[in-house]
Amino acid sequence: MKIREYIDSVNNSGTKVLTAFLTAGYPEKNGFVELAQEVFEAGADMLEIGIPFSDPLADGPIIQHSSQVALANGITIRNCLQYAEEIRKLTDKPLIAMGYANPILRYGVKNFINDAASAGYSGVIIPDLVVEEYNELFPDERIPLDVILLCTPTSSAERLQQIDNKSTGFVYCVSVAGTTGIGKTHDEGVLESVGFCREHVKKNKMLVGFGISTPEDVLRFAPFCDGVIVGSAIVRLLEEDKKSNYRSIKNLISGLKKSCIS
Amino acid sequence: MKNNEYIQPSLNGHFGKYGGKFVPETLMTPLAELETMYLECRNDSMFQTELFELHKNYTGRPTPLSYAEQLTKYYGKGKIFLKREDLCHTGAHKINNALGQILLAKRLGKKRIIAETGAGQHGVATATVCAKFGLQCVVYMGETDIERQKLNVYRMRLLGAEVRPVTSGSRTLKDATNEAIRDWVTNVADTHYIIGSVVGPHPYPMLVRDFQSVIGMETRQQILAAAGRLPDYIVACVGGGSNAMGMFYPFIEDSSVILIGVEAAGYGLTTDKHSATLTLGTDGIFQGMRTYLLQNEEGQVSEVHSISAGLDYPGVGPEHCFLKDSGRVLYRAVTDDEALNALKLLTIKEGILPALESSHAIAYLEKLMLETPKDEVVIVNVSGRGDKDLATIIANEGMDE
Repeated sequence: MKIREYIDSVNNSGTKVLTAFLTAGYPEKNGFVELAQEVFEAGADMLEIGIPFSDPLADGPIIQHSSQVALANGITIRNCLQYAEEIRKLTDKPLIAMGYANPILRYGVKNFINDAASAGYSGVIIPDLVVEEYNELFPDERIPLDVILLCTPTSSAERLQQIDNKSTGFVYCVSVAGTTGIGKTHDEGVLESVGFCREHVKKNKMLVGFGISTPEDVLRFAPFCDGVIVGSAIVRLLEEDKKSNYRSIKNLISGLKKSCIS
Repeated sequence: MKNNEYIQPSLNGHFGKYGGKFVPETLMTPLAELETMYLECRNDSMFQTELFELHKNYTGRPTPLSYAEQLTKYYGKGKIFLKREDLCHTGAHKINNALGQILLAKRLGKKRIIAETGAGQHGVATATVCAKFGLQCVVYMGETDIERQKLNVYRMRLLGAEVRPVTSGSRTLKDATNEAIRDWVTNVADTHYIIGSVVGPHPYPMLVRDFQSVIGMETRQQILAAAGRLPDYIVACVGGGSNAMGMFYPFIEDSSVILIGVEAAGYGLTTDKHSATLTLGTDGIFQGMRTYLLQNEEGQVSEVHSISAGLDYPGVGPEHCFLKDSGRVLYRAVTDDEALNALKLLTIKEGILPALESSHAIAYLEKLMLETPKDEVVIVNVSGRGDKDLATIIANEGMDE
C-alpha cells in the first residue's frame, strides 16, 4: 500500500500513526519475521526495518549495538529483502527500509530500489542523505518507492520547504539534535522546534522520531504531528525480552498505540 | 603560464563525483555556517595576518627545506630535499590546520571544541590550540589507540583536554571519528568540530587543504631559491591525506612536477591487513563524503591496518580520489617493514627521526630513485617527527644493545 494513502486512512480514523523500528535480524536471524508479526499485532501501523551498517553515525549506542549483532548474525541486504517478502505475506501494512547510503551504493542504488520495491517495501529512509545530494543517488525521475527525507530542529524554513518538496511518503522529523536513543526531549524548546517544522511541512504528512519512548511522549508530540516513530525504546528491550516471547515489547507497543488514539 | 587551471571543489563541495555532504540533516546548518565563515575569512586580511603571525611566532614557520646530502649520496644520484614539518610546534603538520580552525571557531562564537585522533598527533595539536585560546576540548580516541599511544594521551590531558575512550566498532580512528560526529550532532549549538584531515563533509576537505597548503607554498619558494627550479618529484604519505594535499596543492598546475602519494600497504597488498585505500578501495560513502573506501561486498567498512596509527583509516580525502582518477597524482603503497627500514635509514643518514607515517613517503625513495636518471630534484614531505613512535618501534624491533 502507498504510505501516504495509508497514513491518511489511519489519521482519518482519528488516530496518529505508530511506526515501530526493528534492526533486521536482531536479536536473532531466525524468528525475525515472527517478531515483526508480533509488533504489528500489538498495534504498530508501520514497520521500519534497519539494514545493519558497520558505521551508523546517526545512531546511539542501542541501535549501534543491534546493528553489530545483526552483522555478526550474518545479515545482508538480501536477508532484509527476504524478510520483507515474508512479512508481506502476513500483512498489508507499509514496510520501510532504513539504510545508510554506503551499503545501498555498494548493492547498486537502482538495483536496490527495484529489488526493495518488489520485495514489498513501500519506502526507504537514508539517514545520511540530505536534499543536496539526493540527485547524486537518485538521478532518475521515477523511483518505484517513496524516499523519505529527514528534517531536524536545525533545519531553516527554507530547508524545510526543500525537504518537503523532495520527500515522498512523509517527512521524518527528528525531534532533537542528537543521535537515536537519547531521552532529552522534555524541555519546551523541543515542542517548539517540532511545531516549527510542522508549520513548514505542508505537502507531506510529518512523523516525529528520536527520543520517543513512552505513551506520555506520544501524547506530548501528538498535537504537532501525524504520527510517531519509536526505535531505541523497542530495540533496547529485545535481547532480554525474547526469553518471555516479547511480552514487554507487546505491552510497550499497545501502550504507545493507545496514546495515538486518544 | 596557467595552462592547467585547477579549481576544486565545485560550489556544492564535489571533487568530480567525490566529496559532497553525506551527513545527518542536523549538521547541514552548522556546515553552511562554517563554510560562510571560512569563505569570509579566506579573503579577510586580518584573519590571514593573525594566522600568519601565529605560524611565525608559535608554530615556528616557515619550516626548513633541508638538503639531504647523506641520503642523496646513499642513492648516488638526484638531489633529495626534505620539507621539515617535523619541526613544527607539537611535532607534526597537524598544528597548521588546528590553528586555522580554532580561529574560525572563535569567530563562530563556539565555546567547545571536539576532535578525533588516531595516533594522537591531531589530538595533541587540537588540545594545544585549545589551551592557548582557552576553549574547552574533548578528544575522541579509540581504546586500541589509547593503549598504543599512551604518551600522547597523557600529553593531551596535561594540555587540559578530556580524552574520551571510544569502545565501538574496531576502537580505532574511524570509530573515534564516528563518535566525534555523534557528539557534534548532539551539541551542535556551542561546539565546533576540528576534523584532523582533508576528509568528512564539505567544506572540511577544502578548508583543511587550504590551511595545510602553507606547506606547499613555502616549499615552492624554498626550492626555487635552493635549486633555481621546480622539483621533478614530490612525495608525501597519505592516510586521510592532509599533509600530501597541503604539499601538492600549490604545485598542481605545474604539470612538470610529478606528485606521488604513498599509502600504507601494512603486511602487504595481498593480505587484508593494509590501509591502501586509493590502491585497493572501491567507490563508497563514508563519514560524510563520497570516497574510495576499503569495504566488503556488502558495503561494510573494513577493519584496516598500518603500523602507523595515523595512516590506519579505511577512507581517504575526496580530492585525492579525484586526483587519482584524473591521473594528476600517482598513488603507491609501501609496507610496514619498508616504512620501518626507511625510518632507520633517515635517522642514521641525516639525524632526523621521522614519524612512521612520514617514513612511508621516505620508503618510496627505494623505488623512485631506481627509476630516476641523474639530476632529478626530489622533495619528500617529512610530515612529523618519530618520537611518538618509539614504543611501536621497540615493540617491533626489540631493544638491541
